[in-house]
Amino acid sequence: MELVLSAGIGVLTASGVWLLFRPRTYQVIIGLSLLSYAVNLFIFGMGRLRVNAPPVLEPGGAGGLLTHTDPIPQALVLTAIVIGFAMTALFLVVLLASRGFTGTDHVDGRE
Amino acid sequence: MNWLHHLIILPILLPIITAAALIPVDERNRTLKGVIAFASTVVVFIISILLMRMASSSGEGETGASVYLLGNWPAPFGIVLVLDRLSALMLVLTGLLAMATQGFSMAKWHRAGYHFHSLFQLMLAGLNGAFLTGDLFNLFVFFEMMLAASYGLLLHGSGPMRVKAGLHYIAVNLAASSLFLIGVSLIYGATGTLNMADLAMRITTIGPESRMLMEAGAALLGIAFLVKAGMWPLGFWLPATYSAATPPVAAIFAILTKVGVYILLRLSMLLFGSDAGASLGFGQPVLLYGGLLTIGFGAIGVLASQAMGRLAGYCVLVSSGTLMAAIGLGNGAVIGGALFYLVSSTLTICAFFLLIELVERARDAGADVLAVTMEAYGDVDENEAEKEGGVAVPGTMAVLGLCFCACAILLSGLPPLSGFLAKFAMLHGLFNPGSFGDDAPVSGAEWAYTALLILSGLAAMIAMNRVGIRTFWTSIEGTIPRVFLIEITPVLLLLTACVFLSFQAGPVMRYMDATAKSLGEPQNYIGRVMSAPRAGPAAGE
Repeated sequence: MELVLSAGIGVLTASGVWLLFRPRTYQVIIGLSLLSYAVNLFIFGMGRLRVNAPPVLEPGGAGGLLTHTDPIPQALVLTAIVIGFAMTALFLVVLLASRGFTGTDHVDGRE
Repeated sequence: MNWLHHLIILPILLPIITAAALIPVDERNRTLKGVIAFASTVVVFIISILLMRMASSSGEGETGASVYLLGNWPAPFGIVLVLDRLSALMLVLTGLLAMATQGFSMAKWHRAGYHFHSLFQLMLAGLNGAFLTGDLFNLFVFFEMMLAASYGLLLHGSGPMRVKAGLHYIAVNLAASSLFLIGVSLIYGATGTLNMADLAMRITTIGPESRMLMEAGAALLGIAFLVKAGMWPLGFWLPATYSAATPPVAAIFAILTKVGVYILLRLSMLLFGSDAGASLGFGQPVLLYGGLLTIGFGAIGVLASQAMGRLAGYCVLVSSGTLMAAIGLGNGAVIGGALFYLVSSTLTICAFFLLIELVERARDAGADVLAVTMEAYGDVDENEAEKEGGVAVPGTMAVLGLCFCACAILLSGLPPLSGFLAKFAMLHGLFNPGSFGDDAPVSGAEWAYTALLILSGLAAMIAMNRVGIRTFWTSIEGTIPRVFLIEITPVLLLLTACVFLSFQAGPVMRYMDATAKSLGEPQNYIGRVMSAPRAGPAAGE
């Protein structure tokens, strides 16, 4: 599992960074999205990988590191996802506005 | 725990409430919206001053950090807001800038697009939150809030130039936010905490393998803030963005770079300060040499810029380079002067951005290069503005010229105004770290800093002279701009604040030195946060 997760993060980051440096706005936005997926997985990984361990306490039950996983990275991921969504949406709007003004999808507004 | 304590949350809460309340109000009632938002800003400014008194008076000789537990959870588990001298200083500075720029925008610029005042209030909430928070992830949230609002504000007024600048600005900042998140999660993975005070305690005890991860996280976090502060290889977006924004927006953006500087200062003093053990002084060389390069790059840019907007953008770079290098010197005596410089230069640059628009108004009709760029911005409805702007100022050119002179003196650091005093205070701290007459050896980097500080002032003076002569003395058309009272008052307010800083330099400098001293002793801050009392049921929360 560790290998799959780390390879996934690596591939996503590499493709994201490559796309970020491309000259088309659409490529940039996909690059940013891939980058944010990689970051979200990375945050998740920083809470250590556990299988079949809930992050939330049951009513009445005692919690501990043996039975539960760290809830904080999961909460952080949620926040990061929400913020990432909002930013992507905003970027899309700006992208369309730029396309409308300049008639091209080049990031500098001219070929 | 008295009612004054709850004031700490208001600089965040009040702007959010105002922003939300203004959204349903019809856009045709812009003046009403503006007045409500302005009232909210003034209230926040007054609260900030109260908070500053609170931070500087509670317990003589103590740091006076007040801690506010959100949700009443004890410190390392819940999220805390921490008010100390530094954050109070930044709050007051933000309030002052906000009042000036918002007043200025009400003459005509808030008509250039929708929801100007809501976005503005949200940005203030994000700024105040970033200055008050004592938790790294909460810092991220406030940072994003501030950035999201700043994207909207940058695009305010629309037009091809702004959309292009906005596209670059958003892409750069989104990439930097990813680095921020990676840094935060690395730090959490290595130390198991996000509370800054708790983090500072744990740093001394973590093992070597975790230390490496922690330092990598801190470095990534630092890069995110250096992008925001505009350090040399990371700051190329800044002049283009700032010169494309509408004038009031560019003016309030003067404080955005200072958020990066503030957090770098806070974290490097807290985490890698005197008790950091093996991580002592981590990242200082990067800040020092990066800062020096930034000053150099900014000074060259100042000399090379033709348009005043770009000139001001490069002044922002010089200012943040000076501050970064001052933090990188790791010398407590310089920090006091650097804080004075931070306040003085931010006020000056803000006033300069506002002034540029007033001065260039005369050149609108002129057939020079500027007119072309002006057109490309997509213009505001000038006719409407001229009807409703209010009272025009008599003796316009004289007032504008005097303001321009004051800006030039402040930017280049000439006596008698506060720009000179700030640079003098920094150099004084550099050469006499203990007390006056204490001649410690001065290193090569410190000489380089001194030289760059003085040369960047010279560059600013040359550039301002050139621009001033071209604008005020060799104007071909000779048209006098129509300037309204509501537009010139904010500029005068900001410049008066600088004059006040010059006359009251003694008390102000004592406050700055006390701030620098408390930053140099993080134990006090940590102790206050970790032992913050929870509000009992009797407090009636």
